[in-house]
Amino acid sequence: MAVLLIGEVTDGALAMDATAKSVAAVAGLGDVTVLCAGASASAAAAEAATIDGVAKVLCAEDAVLGHRLAEPTADLIVSLAGDYDHIVAPATTDAKNVMPRVAALLDVMVISDLSGVVDADTFERPIYAGNAIQTVKSSDAKKVLTIRASGFDAAGTGNSAPVENIGAAGDPGLSSWVEDKVAESDRPELTSAGVVVSGGRGVGSEEDFALIEKLADKLGAAVGASRAAVDSGFAPNDWQVGQTGKVVAPDLYVAVGISGAIQHLAGMKDSKVIVAINKDEEAPIFQVADYGLVADLFSAVPELTEKL
Amino acid sequence: MKVLVPVKRVIDYNVKVRVKADGSGVDLANVKMSMNPFDEIAVEEAIRLKEAGIATEVVAVSIGVKQSQETLRTALAMGADRAILVVAADDVHVDIEPLSVAKILKGIVDEEQPGLVLCGKQAIDNDMNATGQMLAALLGWSQATFASKLEVEGDSAKVTREVDGGLQTIEVKMPAIVTVDLRLNEPRYASLPNIMKAKKKPLDEKAPSDYGVDVTPRLEIVSTTEPEARKAGIIVGSVDELVSKLKEAGAI
Ligand SMILES: Cc1cc2nc3c(=O)[nH]c(=O)nc-3n(C[C@H](O)[C@H](O)[C@H](O)COP(=O)(O)OP(=O)(O)OC[C@H]3O[C@@H](n4cnc5c(N)ncnc54)[C@H](O)[C@@H]3O)c2cc1C
Ligand SMILES: Nc1ncnc2c1ncn2[C@@H]1O[C@H](COP(=O)(O)O)[C@@H](O)[C@H]1O
Repeated sequence: MAVLLIGEVTDGALAMDATAKSVAAVAGLGDVTVLCAGASASAAAAEAATIDGVAKVLCAEDAVLGHRLAEPTADLIVSLAGDYDHIVAPATTDAKNVMPRVAALLDVMVISDLSGVVDADTFERPIYAGNAIQTVKSSDAKKVLTIRASGFDAAGTGNSAPVENIGAAGDPGLSSWVEDKVAESDRPELTSAGVVVSGGRGVGSEEDFALIEKLADKLGAAVGASRAAVDSGFAPNDWQVGQTGKVVAPDLYVAVGISGAIQHLAGMKDSKVIVAINKDEEAPIFQVADYGLVADLFSAVPELTEKL
Repeated sequence: MKVLVPVKRVIDYNVKVRVKADGSGVDLANVKMSMNPFDEIAVEEAIRLKEAGIATEVVAVSIGVKQSQETLRTALAMGADRAILVVAADDVHVDIEPLSVAKILKGIVDEEQPGLVLCGKQAIDNDMNATGQMLAALLGWSQATFASKLEVEGDSAKVTREVDGGLQTIEVKMPAIVTVDLRLNEPRYASLPNIMKAKKKPLDEKAPSDYGVDVTPRLEIVSTTEPEARKAGIIVGSVDELVSKLKEAGAI
């Protein structure tokens, strides 16, 4: 059995944490080959080669692969698929964009966001915003999977797997890149951070989100947000945690001014320790919090930031 | 340009989901069902394209049990022109897999020749996030997923996408598949007169066999279980107590 794992390469850099966790998730399924594709991908490929358990790295550098467009990326993966039984990727927005396209081109079902590997054909995945865990057994010849990386421990490093250069599969010419709007930040990346501080509608404004950011900086944390906070323009879209945003499982998650709707819980309830600060003692977030503080966030958050 | 909008009937997002005791799935008998929230956003966008003179006709499609008619009537009441119901199951607990849905949608696209298909990004029941991408693959069309902004300009469309790093804007050739994200628009409520009018709008009924599609699932559901519940925590009385508890627990 052989596994092709799609490494997440953005502007030449590998998403190391998500890739290493995905390698660990599928290591039991067979030899893992990591594909790094992009306009520049050799640095990413070299980094992927250091992950323990990786047998080989394929490096595809081509301008057409430059902006993770779905069509050329899917064509490349399909062109390689013959050699592999499992084609997997961490469940990032890029993979969610590409992998279902790959699966349909191979006439197989995609298995999205898996949280557990039972055996080569059988996988666990959360459904209904994490309210249920479904175990599914695939009868497809090839399995196309995306992995909820936050639930797995990262594979170690120190390996030096061979890197092989390959080409793109061609350019279907269906779409083109216009621009990326990426916020630069010195904070840790949300899905791999050890600590996350999130703000909700209760924070009230974009200006007051600075309270959340100050607390986060004190804790060396990433910043998250509820959908309501993003919809209201307090926080950018890539901070949204939840069923339809990012899934995080840090050692410490601090929810501030967040009520705890099931769609939000879906993205954070596997955190090790959860702290909730909310002025409404009835807020459902307290049902999942290890430590709840019923207080006005405008006094509690500055006090907490100071006392840490 | 004709716009096709696939809409799925799902458990209402406010309903507390219950896993059946025998582990066979989630209890869907006698619970409130609604249009998948993302699909409401897709319908809204299609209607706005029509109001802007870009779309000429909006066709809503649903695949599932007969009761999905209600979902289609909602789409019609919002402003879709006509609807197609593909009855593919008798039991409300049967979920048609995205690959089968995409194959049926391909059949409909071949017949209807839309210039644009607007899907939701994700169905909130199976959380697959797959159908639009699969349909794009089967048709060999361009795709733009997770759209928060859509501008159709002649034979191409400019789409801003919500991605992990922020926002990405791409241009896709038409015909295209676009899957919509939460912040694309705020769907309208159907007015009472429009709900009445919707009852008279055409709704065709079809079967998967009309499109030569076999809906046998590829994934056998072995079991469905409740996730492990978190154990109850404590309420602390002050920030000081919170800090000391977190220190005790080694969390900071
Ligand atoms: C299809 C769909 C997908 C969704 N996906 C997501 C998702 O991915 N992520 C997500 O988060 N949501 C998602 N939602 C939205 C979700 O249902 C909730 O609406 C949302 O999470 C609410 O955000 P909130 O808790 O910030 O706001 P609210 O529910 O309005 O809660 C605000 C809280 O702040 C508290 N508060 C107010 N002022 C103060 C103060 N001064 N001090 C302390 N506390 C205060 C209030 O007591 C309240 O509990 C989705 C919804 C749908 C329909
Ligand atoms: N049975 C269905 N009937 C109509 N549309 C569907 C169906 N299943 C999925 N879709 C469409 O595909 C989108 C994504 O669904 P999914 O891939 O299941 O997460 C939905 O938001 C709908 O637009």
